[in-house]
Amino acid sequence: MTGIVALYIFMLAAFTGYEVISRVPVILHTPLMSGSNFVHGIVLVGAMVALGQAHTPLEKSIGFIGVLLAAGNAVGGYVVTERMLRMFKSSKARSGAPGER
Amino acid sequence: MAVVPGGLLGARTLIQASYFLTAVLFITGLKRMSSPLSARSGIVWAGAGMLVATLVTLAYPGMSNYPLIGAAIVLGGVLAWWSGKRVAMTDMPQMIALYNGMGGGAAASIAAVELYRGGGGSQVGTALAVAGGLIGAVSFSGSAIAFGKLQGLIRRSIRFRGQQFVSVLLLAGALLAGALEVLHGGAAGYVTGLLGLALLLGLAMTLPIGGADMPVVISLYNALTGLAVGFEGFALHNAAMIIAGTVVGSAGTLLTQLMARAMNRSLGNVLFSGFGEAPGASTGPLSGSLKPIEAADVGVMLAFAHKVIVVPGYGMAVAQAQHKIWELCQLLIERGVMVRFAIHPVAGRMPGHMNVLLAEAGVPYDLIGDLEQINAEFDTADVALIIGANDVVNPVARTEKSSPIYGMPILNADRAKNVIVIKRGQGAGFSGIENALFYLDNTRMLYGDAQKVGAELIQAVKALG
Repeated sequence: MTGIVALYIFMLAAFTGYEVISRVPVILHTPLMSGSNFVHGIVLVGAMVALGQAHTPLEKSIGFIGVLLAAGNAVGGYVVTERMLRMFKSSKARSGAPGER
Repeated sequence: MAVVPGGLLGARTLIQASYFLTAVLFITGLKRMSSPLSARSGIVWAGAGMLVATLVTLAYPGMSNYPLIGAAIVLGGVLAWWSGKRVAMTDMPQMIALYNGMGGGAAASIAAVELYRGGGGSQVGTALAVAGGLIGAVSFSGSAIAFGKLQGLIRRSIRFRGQQFVSVLLLAGALLAGALEVLHGGAAGYVTGLLGLALLLGLAMTLPIGGADMPVVISLYNALTGLAVGFEGFALHNAAMIIAGTVVGSAGTLLTQLMARAMNRSLGNVLFSGFGEAPGASTGPLSGSLKPIEAADVGVMLAFAHKVIVVPGYGMAVAQAQHKIWELCQLLIERGVMVRFAIHPVAGRMPGHMNVLLAEAGVPYDLIGDLEQINAEFDTADVALIIGANDVVNPVARTEKSSPIYGMPILNADRAKNVIVIKRGQGAGFSGIENALFYLDNTRMLYGDAQKVGAELIQAVKALG
């Protein structure tokens, strides 16, 4: 991956993130923050590579902490986001209240 | 260096294709999370992406230490699973802060391993690893403080003269150590200095910030962790990390701005001033008096209303009254009353938090209106039922230029025919500002614990048959 290609990826990903979020209703802001928190749990793959290629005890120790923290980020982020989103329900058939959205 | 060697074409192609798939799943997942109808499936899509990426990374060329990797994943994963399953919905903001801090710490760890080993191969690679490490470490220690504050472990905001000067000094020191590492490379002292100073910077930046502003700070650190992950992705030539990290970085920045705007605060204000906790200058004594009312009378008022708008605040969630209130609302709906919930963006501990708490109680989301939708409806409402909310319905925000909340968008509860305020006792709101709404002619105060009052109201409505 050359530098300029990486720069393009960076630019396009930045716009993607901005666009995806800008259409989200306020009611989903907390789960969404939690969901994006889960997505950066992808740091786990980097931490796995860092630990997998570590040689000295120092590298191994830091790598171990890195994988541990990253796994916590990914798993914890998933669990709480899923718990929150599972609760959102519509009242379609139940009441006569005006339901927009 | 972590570039996938060309010799192992099979593994290399498989890994690249899987990371590509992961990026697609992440973006699709985030997009699906933008509507309540598909939101649940969104996190499942993103979760599938994470699983694919994690599994395929085990086949990364040149990997060893598998027992260590497995142990770390199991240990971190189980602890996070356990804590995530049992955390109360009211405590969600600090839990997000905690998991986010872990991500920042992981990014900093990657930087540390790469840099102690001798840098990212090129000066650009080293510089990106340094940048990611710096940001990740700040996010790690800052998020830890944010967690401590919201969890009640750190009760005081620590402030002293020249605090900002100290922060600037720490930042300058960290940048200097980072620059030296990039220019000369391979010196463990520079790396230790960089990460140590960055950790201190996170503490110094976050300790002075008050609890009310914490959601904005958590959101900011979420964006920063994303950015750190993106930078480490560049250093490791890992496209999945670059894309996911950058998407979160920009999405998180936008979310932070939206939150700050909803709270009538600029980001600079949040980071560099102390309003989040200090009681604001009290406005002059308000005219009128507080007029109490009994639950039985409120029950009648609600039962025979045409339209009721409920305005829940964090006080309701603290009293765990949302289930009782929803039970009451269901009774009213059965009687033909039109019930709506009005949610201010900062009604919970962070924007959208109150929606989660109401969803937990079973309130369907289509009964809930946000600020813009619902404000026009107060004019036609017979009763505005305010439960544990205060500053977000204070008309002072519209009129009193000297008030710290002046200019903050509020819910126009004062325009309803009758306003009922359920409140534990007399006292000012989170910001310490007197609420002019409580003194209006059409306002009645119903004192008591929100859960107990809710039960009394249910009895009162049921008694009407």
